[in-house]
Amino acid sequence: MPTITFVTVDDKKITVEAKSGLTIMEAAKEEGLPMTAACQGSLACATCHIVVDESWYDKLYPPSEEEEDLLDTASDLTNTSRLSCQIPLTEDLEGITVHLTPIIE
Amino acid sequence: MEENTQNTTDVVIIGAGPVGLFTVFQLGMLKLTSHVFDTLHDIGGQCTALYPEKPIYDIPALPEVNAIDLIAQLQKQIAPFKPIFHLGQQVTEITKNEKDWLITSSTGIQVRAKAIIIAAGAGAFGPNKPALKNIGDYEGKGVYYSVSKRESFKDKRLVIAGGGDSAVDWAISLADLAEKIYVVHRREKFRAIPENVAQMKSLSEAGKIELLIPYQLESLEGDASGLKAVNIISFDQEKQVKRIESDALLSFFGLSARLGPIAQWGLSIENAQINVEPTTCATNIEGIFAVGDIAHYPHKLKLILTGFAEAAQAAHAAYTVVHPDKALHFQHSTSLGLPPTEA
Repeated sequence: MPTITFVTVDDKKITVEAKSGLTIMEAAKEEGLPMTAACQGSLACATCHIVVDESWYDKLYPPSEEEEDLLDTASDLTNTSRLSCQIPLTEDLEGITVHLTPIIE
Repeated sequence: MEENTQNTTDVVIIGAGPVGLFTVFQLGMLKLTSHVFDTLHDIGGQCTALYPEKPIYDIPALPEVNAIDLIAQLQKQIAPFKPIFHLGQQVTEITKNEKDWLITSSTGIQVRAKAIIIAAGAGAFGPNKPALKNIGDYEGKGVYYSVSKRESFKDKRLVIAGGGDSAVDWAISLADLAEKIYVVHRREKFRAIPENVAQMKSLSEAGKIELLIPYQLESLEGDASGLKAVNIISFDQEKQVKRIESDALLSFFGLSARLGPIAQWGLSIENAQINVEPTTCATNIEGIFAVGDIAHYPHKLKLILTGFAEAAQAAHAAYTVVHPDKALHFQHSTSLGLPPTEA
């Protein structure tokens, strides 16, 4: 049960106990946090874009080419941007902090 | 060509994705006619627009099928029912009359129908717009998401943003026409046909195109008359800002889905999904049904498979709306067969 902290767009910190095996996208959706995730993790959009806390970015598996291609279409991209559907929560990620991005209307 | 004429049908389907298409079939088996609207110019919804070449493995009796082929098969399956398609237009308005609904599209097409089935998935696809302040102020006055008239960029200074086929193809196509083209992309790799990327790079060596890599859009400058400059910021630790004087920004960041006018019709909507009664797919408005990814009820599974079943549920429920006084004599497709196809 890794703990994960989501920082919302208006800078609120929400810490949740997520079930191992879920992706960060699924953990956010389960918590009812604002995130579109239109394609539900099928690597066909960039609406689950998150910004990973810099201290955690290098601990993740690097993004695949397909993920990079989709990140090209995300707004407000940063050097630690990822698609949250591509990050499975494992015990190694206990305590990770990620920032949600604005929902595009 | 479609004229601004009024048509009449039993059911209007909003959305030509896999579930909208199969709804035509289910209605057809009950001898109900249908018209289908979609904002995209092709049928197939996300299957065609987002992942045509991806294999799908969870369609019953099809161990593996590419999304584009699934759509082709559905098209064949529904052909006997002669659906009328209104593509490249959005349903903007629905009004209830005494006997039926009047459905109006963005291009002025009007259809009268007894029932409406919404199969709009994640919403209507439109350009994925970069999150830049005031971008709306310059749309059509310097900011464009597609090229409708190539000639309008003659002798102009253009910023083309994005790293896909559209960005690369238009950079090449406009290189001879425009005064100067800047291509802004956040990394070296372009997700485009390699031959075209190579051609763009050779045009940049010849000075026709300037590649600004790794940069992304930062802000726009202009006045009431339109866009004057695009500021870009380097996509690295330096965060270097560059100002590019330009007459136009062509923004190519793919498609994104928005619910659009559907949200204004008084339907019960939560998180961009329409609440329905799962056994009939009826919404809170009599005569309007929702199926597929846009339809929500407890424990809903967003699968094409589920959407197909919902299409059948909704078609049966819509029958009683179209024919309130007529008993539905149900026959399986094995007994009923298909309408004869004309030679």
